[in-house]
Amino acid sequence: MQEYLKQEREQAWRVELRGKIKNKDRGLIERVKMPEMKAMKRVCFQNKEVNLGLDAKSAVRESQRCMDCVNPTCIEGCPVSINIPKFIKNIERGEFADAAKTLKETSALPAVCGRVCPQEKQCEANCFYTLKLKKDPVAIGYLERFAADYERESGQIAVPEVAPKNGIKVAAIGSGPASLSFAGDMIKLGYEVTVFEALHEIGGVLKYGIPEFRLPNKVVDVELQNLEQMGVRFERNFIVGRTASFDDLKDEGYQAFFVASGAGLPRFMNIPGENYNGILSSNEYLTRVNLMNASDDRFDTPVLRGKNVAVIGGGNTAMDSVRTAKRLGAERAMIVYRRSREEMPARVEEVHHAEEEGIEFINLANPIAYDADDKGRVKSMTLQRMELGAPDASGRRRPVVIEGSEYEIPVDVVIVAIGVSPNPLVPSELPELKVSRWGTIEVDAESMQSSMPELFAGGDIVRGGATVILAMGDGRRAAAGMHNYLQGK
Amino acid sequence: MNQIIKVESFSENVVQLVVHAPRIARSRKPGHFIILRIDEKGERIPLTIAAADEKAGTITLVAQKVGVTSKRLCEMKAGDQILDLVGPLGKATHIHKVGTVLACGGGVGVAPLLPIVEGFKKAGNRVITILAARSKDLIILEDEIRKWSDEVIVMTDDGSHGRKGLVTAGAEEIIKREKVDECVAIGPAIMMKFTSLLTLKYGIPTQASLNAIMVDGTGMCGACRVSVGGQTMFTCVDGPEFDASKIDFDELMLRLGGYKAEEKEAFERFMQTVTV
Ligand SMILES: Cc1cc2nc3c(=O)[nH]c(=O)nc-3n(C[C@H](O)[C@H](O)[C@H](O)COP(=O)(O)OP(=O)(O)OC[C@H]3O[C@@H](n4cnc5c(N)ncnc54)[C@H](O)[C@@H]3O)c2cc1C
Ligand SMILES: Cc1cc2nc3c(=O)[nH]c(=O)nc-3n(C[C@H](O)[C@H](O)[C@H](O)COP(=O)(O)OP(=O)(O)OC[C@H]3O[C@@H](n4cnc5c(N)ncnc54)[C@H](O)[C@@H]3O)c2cc1C
Ligand code: SF4
Ligand code: SF4
Ligand code: FES
Repeated sequence: MQEYLKQEREQAWRVELRGKIKNKDRGLIERVKMPEMKAMKRVCFQNKEVNLGLDAKSAVRESQRCMDCVNPTCIEGCPVSINIPKFIKNIERGEFADAAKTLKETSALPAVCGRVCPQEKQCEANCFYTLKLKKDPVAIGYLERFAADYERESGQIAVPEVAPKNGIKVAAIGSGPASLSFAGDMIKLGYEVTVFEALHEIGGVLKYGIPEFRLPNKVVDVELQNLEQMGVRFERNFIVGRTASFDDLKDEGYQAFFVASGAGLPRFMNIPGENYNGILSSNEYLTRVNLMNASDDRFDTPVLRGKNVAVIGGGNTAMDSVRTAKRLGAERAMIVYRRSREEMPARVEEVHHAEEEGIEFINLANPIAYDADDKGRVKSMTLQRMELGAPDASGRRRPVVIEGSEYEIPVDVVIVAIGVSPNPLVPSELPELKVSRWGTIEVDAESMQSSMPELFAGGDIVRGGATVILAMGDGRRAAAGMHNYLQGK
Repeated sequence: MNQIIKVESFSENVVQLVVHAPRIARSRKPGHFIILRIDEKGERIPLTIAAADEKAGTITLVAQKVGVTSKRLCEMKAGDQILDLVGPLGKATHIHKVGTVLACGGGVGVAPLLPIVEGFKKAGNRVITILAARSKDLIILEDEIRKWSDEVIVMTDDGSHGRKGLVTAGAEEIIKREKVDECVAIGPAIMMKFTSLLTLKYGIPTQASLNAIMVDGTGMCGACRVSVGGQTMFTCVDGPEFDASKIDFDELMLRLGGYKAEEKEAFERFMQTVTV
């Protein structure tokens, strides 16, 4: 790896590029700002993307900030080790298609990751600018998105080469990012790949969870078409374990399985009144809006619109829900989170966007009960104030209840976004499969092989709620692991 | 796509559809249901698999018009396609040999009851079935139910067919007459609530099949949650059948009205589009 990076760095064009601008001058360029739709305007649209993307000129300028470091620490922050300086320098020299190609060497969905990765905790946190210069990091995420969008919009997506068919059938279960990257790798190796999805749309959380104002469906669809062109088969409305059992699929010739069924089980708090009408999980809320188009009158599925909407939680799911509520017309759209703003696990950019859009943040507070009208519709919630105590196992300061601090606020819709548990569907069908105390499937960290040799797993079903890029990394590792296993058989 | 093979009208508001779905026909068991979406604009609604023909690769659904989707479904014809159909969902009914089983079906609940009655009969039980509805034309599947029951009692609210009275009257009569080992109740929540109160009084283990509002049907959204024995359960994966004595029926009834205003609006919109 180190050797390879070094070799690439010594290529003539990169040496030449480095010589063109002095590092001192590179360091003086200010970090680019992402052009965005104005907050007042964007809250009127559920499906218009907030970030508009960089134009070529500002992308090139931003790429000039990157110093093409001898020791590119940024790569260590990327879970799939994208060759970051190589793709950025390709942008600097104007070879945008090559930049996209570099991304595709390691990432199956760069247009997605450029938009949704928590860069500030990953690649950008490890950039030389952040670590040594104490300046704003190179906007690696924006540039990644730029290159991937350029390729898509140019209409010249390189369909990767596919090895001759080897006649071996394999199945991927679930169609989220883990499965998609697995399918891409396996089809390239010559396998016959079928992806089974329980819902009527392919994409997992990318489709039913993350809203269009953050990740437009068309970005995902292009990647899906790409996979289809390469020969991946998609079976929708197919629940493995129910529509057909694993044994049925084995009888049909499938020799190995990759389980990436996600962490779909929503958690509730089990507090009094939580089953009143108007209180729902973020999964239900986002699924109604994103998968079923409930915010559009032409579609049959209803969604609750509230005046006072409270969203419980501080992660990406909570931000997506509260901003959706705002777009559906809430007068007060509130985040209720038991820790302080700094501890929120959501992407920093989303918190910032939410703020611009007029989202209220009620920090250091936790609901303990709900009250309803005589029709059973929630009308108020009782909150309890919290303060930060000593750090817990995760290093974050633990919220402690302030006794006697209860107060009530009026609400007519409450969205519970306090996390998800692993989807129990697959493990419950396979009693011999080894799962952890938390219901995640146990796998070998390198090959992603489970306790059942023909069964591999990755993504949220292995990690609990994690990230898109980690799920994709798992998919790639599982493909390599499965390939090894099947070749050795 | 799933083609509709045959349509039969049971009454003005209840229709039976035979749909091509070979995989589901093969793997389904009594108690299972499916979720369907008619077309791109449609919503996902759950319907019980009333019967299946593995050889023909078909499943039978019985739908009652209550809102937009069920109305559109009831108006479909043989040859039409249902865009999405997924299943089988839910836990299968625990069918075993217990002795005498009392099966109570209310309204369209008779459809999901049919495969359960058939199952219990085939397992060697004595099966007594009570069919109940508001009036004669709402009694469905009577012949099919008779085929798998030792005795059938029909009750209507208005006395237009069988006897006049509620399902509970017929049930109590049987319980007083002979030993009943297990009871199954499927129908409107209010009917299941009172059946359950009755059988609880006599200490008869009772299963009720709940018709909660659903979206995905895979345990992902929590729309279908119910309180059973003080615990929150998801009807689509933990049910749809639960021990009736533990179900919080009052909460269920409130939750079934959860989207009433929105559904009414959708229905009015829909009716406008048809009349224009
Ligand atoms: C609202 C929301 C916002 C998020 N925002 C971000 C973000 O900004 N950045 C980020 O990095 N991560 C984010 N995440 C997390 C990220 O989306 C997940 O970590 C990632 O999608 C996990 O991918 P996966 O492939 O494991 O499964 P998923 O994407 O969860 O897909 C699993 C799929 O499997 C299907 N399935 C389950 N069981 C079966 C079965 N038996 N048969 C067939 N199909 C089955 C499910 O229907 C589902 O479609 C967000 C998550 C949510 C919910
Ligand atoms: C596991 C399961 C099995 C079912 N099996 C059958 C079946 O075999 N045949 C059948 O006809 N129906 C069955 N149902 C009920 C059926 O799903 C609903 O009637 C349907 O979803 C209504 O959709 P709609 O768009 O037509 O009406 P909507 O417009 O959604 O609702 C119209 C009115 O009906 C009420 N309603 C909404 N959803 C339900 C519901 N799930 N149950 C009862 N009332 C509701 C609402 O309060 C509303 O006022 C089943 C439900 C479940 C959960
Ligand atoms: S994939 Fe994510 S972590 Fe890796 S370089 Fe791209 S944005 Fe950064
Ligand atoms: S650490 Fe920052 S400056 Fe250095 S190569 Fe990576 S992105 Fe460029
Ligand atoms: S229908 Fe979504 S969890 Fe049951």
